[in-house]
Amino acid sequence: MTEVPISWYLTLSAILFALGVAGFLFRRSIITVFMSIELMLNAVNLSFITFAYQLKQVNGHLFAFFVMVVAAAEAAVGLAIILTIFKNRATLNIDDIDSMKN
Amino acid sequence: MDVFLFLVFAIIAVVAAINVVVQTHPISSAVSLIGVMGSLAVLYLLLGAEFLAAAQVIVYAGAIMVLFIFVIMLLNAGAEGKRGRSFMVQLLGVPLLVALLGLLAYFVQRMFPRGVSVHFGGFTGGTAQAVGRALFTSYLLPFEVTSLLILIAILGAIVLARKEID
Amino acid sequence: MDAFIVITLIKLAVIAFVLLTAVAYLQWVERKVIAHIQVRPGPYRVGPHGLLQPLADVIKLITKEDMMPSYVNKPLYLFAPFLAVMMALLSIAVIPFGPSIEVAGYKTLMQLTDLNIGVLFILAASSMGVYGIALAGWASNNKYALLGGLRSSAQMISYELPMALAIASPLLVSNTLSLRELVASQAGSIQHWNIIGGGQIFSFLIFVIAAFAETNRVPFDLPEAENELVAGFHVEYSSMKFAAFFMAEYLNMVTVSSMATLLFLGGWEAPWPAEYGSRFVPSVIFIIAGLTALYHGAHPARKLDKYTLTGFGVIFLVLAAVFALPMVQSWLMPLFWFCAKTGAILFAFMWIRGTLPRFRYDQLMGFAWKFLFPVAMLNLLVTGFVIAWFS
Repeated sequence: MTEVPISWYLTLSAILFALGVAGFLFRRSIITVFMSIELMLNAVNLSFITFAYQLKQVNGHLFAFFVMVVAAAEAAVGLAIILTIFKNRATLNIDDIDSMKN
Repeated sequence: MDVFLFLVFAIIAVVAAINVVVQTHPISSAVSLIGVMGSLAVLYLLLGAEFLAAAQVIVYAGAIMVLFIFVIMLLNAGAEGKRGRSFMVQLLGVPLLVALLGLLAYFVQRMFPRGVSVHFGGFTGGTAQAVGRALFTSYLLPFEVTSLLILIAILGAIVLARKEID
Repeated sequence: MDAFIVITLIKLAVIAFVLLTAVAYLQWVERKVIAHIQVRPGPYRVGPHGLLQPLADVIKLITKEDMMPSYVNKPLYLFAPFLAVMMALLSIAVIPFGPSIEVAGYKTLMQLTDLNIGVLFILAASSMGVYGIALAGWASNNKYALLGGLRSSAQMISYELPMALAIASPLLVSNTLSLRELVASQAGSIQHWNIIGGGQIFSFLIFVIAAFAETNRVPFDLPEAENELVAGFHVEYSSMKFAAFFMAEYLNMVTVSSMATLLFLGGWEAPWPAEYGSRFVPSVIFIIAGLTALYHGAHPARKLDKYTLTGFGVIFLVLAAVFALPMVQSWLMPLFWFCAKTGAILFAFMWIRGTLPRFRYDQLMGFAWKFLFPVAMLNLLVTGFVIAWFS
């Protein structure tokens, strides 16, 4: 076969998204959790562009573009928050940031 | 040729993504994530999204990940400690994940008829001209709103990360 | 299909060979230019006028002891110089050196590949080039290297913004992202070039200043200078890996000079059309150079150069004759103009290195964010307004 069925791209997107969710749930360092979020956003971008190919419209590309822009803004603010947390708590382990618990 | 390129870069993307989740040191995760974004850029090229592929490398892999790497280097984030998880959870975790992904793949296959297939050159509407035209006509309001969002994010980041000057 | 692959492989080999030799001899030219600015001869003894000095440097660097300190992060330490050179070489793949030529019946473009997003490809490769330096600074496990690497990568990403805005302005005028079509839109004479006819003189200046900062050249070379931070991010590297970083720096210089030529100076187009005599300009230049070399060679005051300068004089006169042959002019003339313009910008790089002192780091970053970025945005705004008004 010389052509790739479109379901393969969507399956790849699902796999990357699932890996992102796994990283988000199981990792303890804040920065790695943040990187898993970026992985999820990338997987969703792949889905958008695949559907743009299927429907032969450019709107999917526009949505992926906006996702990229919002991810950039989120990364900037999120990393600033991480820097502030590190300055106040001296730890990057999310289990140790529990001063509001009990 | 399309199948070969797709398989190579899809396997690179999945292996790098697994590496992101599995590696203990954040720098290794960050470098693997750059690998994921690079291979996704190639997949976007295969899907005819040339402008998005360039934007992915310039913005995502070339600016956002540099920001991540800066923060990791500045904070000197070390490798994560050992996690105290029970053996049963580790035994069940990976097979269940594989089962979930298998079910997802099966349902995705059933939803989309095999008639639509991707070959390089099948969609030529992803040029910078097409994206720009759509961006500045039908999507003008989201464009302006996201520029405002970026401005707010810049202000927020500066306020959060500055040193107090007394 | 087969002919395409074979032709592409041949072009790849030619471009790679010419480029790597040019980078080595660019270092010779730089040392000579800086030496003459400082009124001293420069490399003089290894070969005639030091022309074999790059060969001596390569042999020295290869035979130096290739240390790998035990405390470095080995995968990243080995990967970083490789990444720097890879991204620097990748940008050359889309740069066009001339129009299409015909060799033995096969027509091909003087370019490895003509992407219709060529400008974005070069921006992407230069964005990825930041990682070579950042990861080198981190992997060296050394405070000075880390600080130098962080400063250098912060400088590079800060100056990417004015550079991208300065690139966007001539793109508005030429209305294309493909590098070959950019040159085609500046065809004609010097008044069609983007710097004069398109009015992009400010973008050109902003682009050149940002290019100095992107390639870590003086006056923006604080992160890698030898007397600052113990040489910055490459302090733990020796022999070939160190050479890789410097090769990457010279390749980046070649890339940004080619970009400036293609975006602003009309690529391989001659300043005035060929009918009015621009065919003779290279021959005239080489004849003047040859006569000057012969005169200085025959001068009795320069005893050491008696044979070398006359030899060069003869070589220049032969080159002048080659440029006058009509059969090679179709591809040799555009190549000459492209190399002349790129070479002029590279000479400006070296001239400024010999002349200006370097910026302090906070002056450097303040200059980018408080001056260059607003000016570039204002330039883009004015260009867009003018284009919209007159169309």
